[in-house]
Amino acid sequence: MELFETWALTLIVFLPLAGVLLLGLVPKANERALKAISLLVTLAAFAVSVGVIFRFDFSGLPYNTYQFEVTETWIGAINANYHLGVDGISLPLLVLSTFIMVLAVIYSWNHWEEPRNPKAFLILMMILATGLNGTFVALDLVLFFIFFEVVLLPMYFMIGIWGDRTPRLIPGFGREVQTRLYAAIKFFLFTLFGSAFMLLGFLALYFESGNSGERTFDIPLLTELGASGAFTGTFAFLVFGAMFLGFAVKVPMWPLHTWLPDAHTAAPTVGSVLLAAIMLKLGSYGFVRISLPILPEEATRWAPAIAILAVIGIIYGSLACLAQTDMKRLIAFSSVGHMGFVMLGIATLTDVGINASIIGMVAHGLITGLLFFLAGSMSHRYHTREMSRLGGNMKLMPVMGGILAFTAMASLGLPGLAGFWGEFMSLIGSYNPLEGLSLGVFRTAMVLGAIGTVLTAAYMLYLLQQVNLGEPGEEWQGREFHDVDRFEATAWVPLIVLIVVIGFYPKVIFNSTTDSVVSLVETAFNAETTASLGRGG
Amino acid sequence: MTFVIDYLALAPELVIVATMLAVFTLDLLLTRPNKFWTATVAVAGTALAAVPLVILAAEGSTRSMFDGSYVVDEFAVILKGVFIVSAYIVLLMSHHYIESDRYYQGEYYFLLLASVLGSLVMASARDLIILFIGLELTTGPLYLLAGWRKGDAKSNEASMKYFILGVLSTAILLYGMSMLYGLTGEITFAGLAQTTADLADEPAVVVALFGLIVGFGFKISAVPFHFWAPDTYEGAPTPVTAYLSVNSKAAGFVAFLLVMYQALPGLSDIWAPALWILAAASMTVGNLAALRQTNIVRLLAYSSIAQAGFMLVPFAAAAVADADLAEAFSATLIYLVIYAVMNLGAFAVVIAGARKTRSGEIAGWAGLAQVDTRLAVLVAVFFFSLAGIPPLAGWFAKFAMFRSVIIAGGAATVVLAAIAAINSVIALYYYARVVKSVWLDDPVGEFAPEAEAAPAGSLRLALLVAVAITVVIGFFPAIATFVGDASRVIASG
Repeated sequence: MELFETWALTLIVFLPLAGVLLLGLVPKANERALKAISLLVTLAAFAVSVGVIFRFDFSGLPYNTYQFEVTETWIGAINANYHLGVDGISLPLLVLSTFIMVLAVIYSWNHWEEPRNPKAFLILMMILATGLNGTFVALDLVLFFIFFEVVLLPMYFMIGIWGDRTPRLIPGFGREVQTRLYAAIKFFLFTLFGSAFMLLGFLALYFESGNSGERTFDIPLLTELGASGAFTGTFAFLVFGAMFLGFAVKVPMWPLHTWLPDAHTAAPTVGSVLLAAIMLKLGSYGFVRISLPILPEEATRWAPAIAILAVIGIIYGSLACLAQTDMKRLIAFSSVGHMGFVMLGIATLTDVGINASIIGMVAHGLITGLLFFLAGSMSHRYHTREMSRLGGNMKLMPVMGGILAFTAMASLGLPGLAGFWGEFMSLIGSYNPLEGLSLGVFRTAMVLGAIGTVLTAAYMLYLLQQVNLGEPGEEWQGREFHDVDRFEATAWVPLIVLIVVIGFYPKVIFNSTTDSVVSLVETAFNAETTASLGRGG
Repeated sequence: MTFVIDYLALAPELVIVATMLAVFTLDLLLTRPNKFWTATVAVAGTALAAVPLVILAAEGSTRSMFDGSYVVDEFAVILKGVFIVSAYIVLLMSHHYIESDRYYQGEYYFLLLASVLGSLVMASARDLIILFIGLELTTGPLYLLAGWRKGDAKSNEASMKYFILGVLSTAILLYGMSMLYGLTGEITFAGLAQTTADLADEPAVVVALFGLIVGFGFKISAVPFHFWAPDTYEGAPTPVTAYLSVNSKAAGFVAFLLVMYQALPGLSDIWAPALWILAAASMTVGNLAALRQTNIVRLLAYSSIAQAGFMLVPFAAAAVADADLAEAFSATLIYLVIYAVMNLGAFAVVIAGARKTRSGEIAGWAGLAQVDTRLAVLVAVFFFSLAGIPPLAGWFAKFAMFRSVIIAGGAATVVLAAIAAINSVIALYYYARVVKSVWLDDPVGEFAPEAEAAPAGSLRLALLVAVAITVVIGFFPAIATFVGDASRVIASG
């Protein structure tokens, strides 16, 4: 099985890209074959990632040891290598990514937004999959950057071609354009702006690593250097800031979030699902994988600022949700709030907080992914997303309404469902942040975050009340609505099951993450850890 | 003085000269329906010129002639390779374009090849006179070619503007060069490098450098010497525009950098700040102006001004920071090579697309994807590559640029890097606008029917070559770093 060890990650990343080539050969009209190829490819990638779980060594290896590693020379002249690997932190995210991709293909089976063209859509999805999977396993900064950026193109086209066609006024220009056009370019520009600076940060690290040996882009090597205090001073401060811009736009953190509501709302259903479920995690994952371990000292300096922005995000996101009339836009804004909890967890720099952020990412991926699926299916049937018109859904489509109620509960952090752990633990984490961080800031953050959870409950219940409850509007009288179909059911049931499983038994995630996180906190911040979660204790 | 002529080293130039003469003679002999043979011979001759280049590259030795004034080393060979390949692509693009509009075919190819010859000479030049001859041989024929569409007032304007400003800048360049000669008594780069270092305090040196910078600035259409570019680009026949924006610009760049780097490193305190300003201004002005363009060729004109700014960045940064110029040199060359390919691709797409849409306006391209997906994919590939989006080759050009800037270190360079970063975001906006029009907008006008609009075989070949290189370098940038490494020959020798 040596072969599996060396090839597993490469397969996960490049199987979808191979799928692109195959899809390119199939004529446009043969939709069956197109769908079958995509499903096979994504299933294969998912199967390999499950294989990785089974062959993964959970015995508590210290941070910065990676499994399934591959290292090949890529761009010799600048010492950038094709270096892949997973550890306990990236494993859940990698599996999440391959998993959601399968569900997205299944859901797409009979849901095509105008102007259809399944061939192009599936090709874009496969490219997207390569970028997403690749980011979670890249252990070289250049490679990471490439994968991080590769997702932009397919998403731009997804939003731009299949997106929302209602015209809207662009603020400041007094010109009307279709929402999809505005959202697509806004998304692209914001992300590119962030990542241009991120790249400068990476290059600065590379340059500075030359002071102690050969210059390198290798994340494990840089992590070692970082832990030994190689990067300090104004230099490190600026580098952290540059990378912060790149990751924070992607997360997105307030005030860099404004692309998100537009992009999410305008994107076709599958696009929003992939955006919310996986793509947002690239940013927060970047913080955990790159910013914290390589620049630990700067992380402690920046942590209060990150915490403050995170809390503003939580409160702002929730309040914005309460003001929405569009169901999809409400869900989009809820992402700002939820990712705020994830970032708050990271900002505490403790094992509890970082663990919370990872389980928060997974949970948000599952729950918000499902919410976007639901929003998509509902607007597919009602041809509107205005919540004021949707009332009484429960009577028209009981199953769909039931799933929506369940997911909304999960999203508001009901104990026993997946959403609970991330919110709860990141609040605990911020009660007791890393030693040396301002208790005042973090405890205030905790209190405000707690208020945020109440607001979260408020807007989710508001959503339910508007959409599910009440009597169906006059306009729907006498119309038959097709409740959940089998493709939708196939795509959603696994999500529901996982939400419950993680809710009751969060150890499925912690099992993988805790050891790595504890060891990360210990080596990077020389901190005592509570080590009371999962197997670490 | 020894005048041993190394025929192998000169073989590419000789092949091109022979091809020129053959084209010229053939043109006199052939009747009008058979004129296409001139194109065939030109293409074949250019391909043939690559053969000695491959031999020279495989051999890898440095051949020096005329007391070191004419050198064929790894660096020169690589550059000649770039010039030949891009000339080859331009010739392929020209074939159908020139034939279908009944221009003077024989003369066209003769002049174009003369310009190619100039750029080949330029790559080997290691003294001011040969450099000047090479550079002018590159530019001279283009004054004529820019006005090739005689009946079109715009083409006449293009040629006129280019000619007047070009001649003026050449005069200034020559003035600068003769000042240098007067001050030092040297014309070889090696000789200049030894003598100019002591002259840093001499006021006349500043004047000489000013002349050089203005002259070269015009050739590479850097701001504020760029005013000719948009009008000339728009008016000239599109293949000539492609050639202008790639070969002639690259030739100017190489000349510029060779002189600064090889002959005048001792004076970098004087020219470095000027380059810094040139780089920052070109990027910013080029990009901001490009935002407002509605014509696709004008957009590419401004984009190529901005790209010139990006190419100057490594050199300016390294020189300002007093860092290793070799890194900067290789970064600029990598950028140049990648830019050459993707920009040629973009122009080839413009030719094919204009035929299909019967329009040179970006708005006129709306909905192209719905009738011709393959062409639309190519539009996306080349324009996003120009914007530097991975995994297309352009990313590595930008990456190499940023890398060399960061390596140079220092506050002024960090500022320049930040300007470049912001500019690359602005650039995305207008490149994406073309893609948006093609892919996202609904068709507004009528498209030409398939039979009439199908790109000719030669154009297809040009597109194929360009897209293959763009994608392959994107995934395996190591190929491009080879070019950068070759520039170290210059650094060490």
